[in-house]
Amino acid sequence: MRISTIGYYFAEAFRSLVRNSWLSLASVGTVTVSLLILGCSLLLVLNADRVATTLESSVEVSVFLHNGLNQDQVNALEEKIRALPGVSQVRFISKAQALAEMRQSFGGQKDVLASLDKKNPLPDAFRVKTQRADQVIGVASRIQAMSGVDEVRYGQGVVEKLLAITHWIRLAGLAAMIALAAAAVFLISTTIRMSVFTRRREISIMKYLGATNWFVRFPFLLEGMVLGLIGALCAALLVYFGYFSLVRRIGETLPFIPLITGGRYLQAMLGGLTVLGLLIGALGSTISIRRFLNV
Amino acid sequence: MIHFYGVSKVYQNGVTALKNINLHIRRGEFLFLVGPSGAGKSTLTKLIFREELPTSGQVIFNGKNVARMRSREVPHLRRKIGMVFQDFRLLPRKTVWENVAFALEVTGASRRDIRRRVPEVLQLVGLSGKADMLPDQLSGGEQQRVGIARAMINNPVLLVADEPTGNLDPETAWELMNIFQEINARGTTIIMATHARDIVDRMKKRVVALNAGCVVRDEIGGGYRDED
Repeated sequence: MRISTIGYYFAEAFRSLVRNSWLSLASVGTVTVSLLILGCSLLLVLNADRVATTLESSVEVSVFLHNGLNQDQVNALEEKIRALPGVSQVRFISKAQALAEMRQSFGGQKDVLASLDKKNPLPDAFRVKTQRADQVIGVASRIQAMSGVDEVRYGQGVVEKLLAITHWIRLAGLAAMIALAAAAVFLISTTIRMSVFTRRREISIMKYLGATNWFVRFPFLLEGMVLGLIGALCAALLVYFGYFSLVRRIGETLPFIPLITGGRYLQAMLGGLTVLGLLIGALGSTISIRRFLNV
Repeated sequence: MIHFYGVSKVYQNGVTALKNINLHIRRGEFLFLVGPSGAGKSTLTKLIFREELPTSGQVIFNGKNVARMRSREVPHLRRKIGMVFQDFRLLPRKTVWENVAFALEVTGASRRDIRRRVPEVLQLVGLSGKADMLPDQLSGGEQQRVGIARAMINNPVLLVADEPTGNLDPETAWELMNIFQEINARGTTIIMATHARDIVDRMKKRVVALNAGCVVRDEIGGGYRDED
């Protein structure tokens, strides 16, 4: 391919963009909006995922034992819990340890603690972790049935709700992504169709003059890809700066929410958005080009 | 150079445009296609540059079977054939120079070739001074000169003109005929479909008359007759 031909492709693509400048602007705008929403929902899902994972991993089952169990009985119980499917970690917390932990967390209130020193009311306990959050409920109910267990506690209800919420966020995010990507493809294909339509005379003349199909196609393909790319870059920049200012503000006021701040994640996502914009542009123009080249 | 062997064309809507045409055109000929509207003149020209495929029969151009040609060879066929249209088919937003250069650009020609060739053909058609004008700033005759320049820029072996003077007054038509004769004298074969009776009569070239899809007359130096 000659340099002058490549120059021709770009010149034609940009001439067409400028000639249909309002249409181009509208379609860049729609791509930007689509990918912006896409990027936002992606961030929402990623962050919801992150929050969910953090919460899930902190969900554990507290198993309080009857008073007066001897060491053998405690060991046997631990073995039985460990053998349950889905259990990943079992930690024994003795009365003394429980008190020490309590002492740490209530460090300021010495009076309360002093009275506890004489007669420790806290029971021996196990802290049980599961491999996945959805196993908590099953494990908890089976431990409850064991002898020597006084009470089992976990975030009853909270775990179930959390699981349902993350499930729906993931589904909704996925659906939104697919719908918006399809909308963007449709909009670019409409733009290119208009562009092909306004130039149909030129195309038929080109065919008479002996232009190859690819020579006719290429400027339109390029036009669509440029539209997609510009839209994607706008969206990526908006997402990037918008998200960072948001993260900064949330970090000041609600520091316990574990938001994604790593540049790696974001860079990969923005790079993905840009590539997606290019693909959307190429796909959109390909759809419109196919039917116009049978001169 | 061009051979039609038993060529028939029936369009999909059932209209029979050509019936068993046998026609042979030699290199360097100047041939008029005459006949009433709907006689098949346009269809005949379209078969040569493969805008249409024959329903039966063979069309041979320069030793190649046009009907059996693969579609990717078609652009290269068309670069050997210059085409001139009744409605000029110029690009309205491009200047005279750009319209002519366009025919070279689509073939992937280098800028140097374009800068060398465009002035040559503009001079051939007498438009050297109007290279930077837009088509709608030109008269009809001048626009058709641009069309001829564009058709000639690839040095085609064949020039197909479909009623090139149909939209022009007789005086302008004659000026264009002089250009066509000049092109023919330089060795390019010309096939021209026309209704212009006095042009056909006075040029004394080969005349092929079509009627209802059949060749009804084929004579050299003939004229346009009432039954045509």
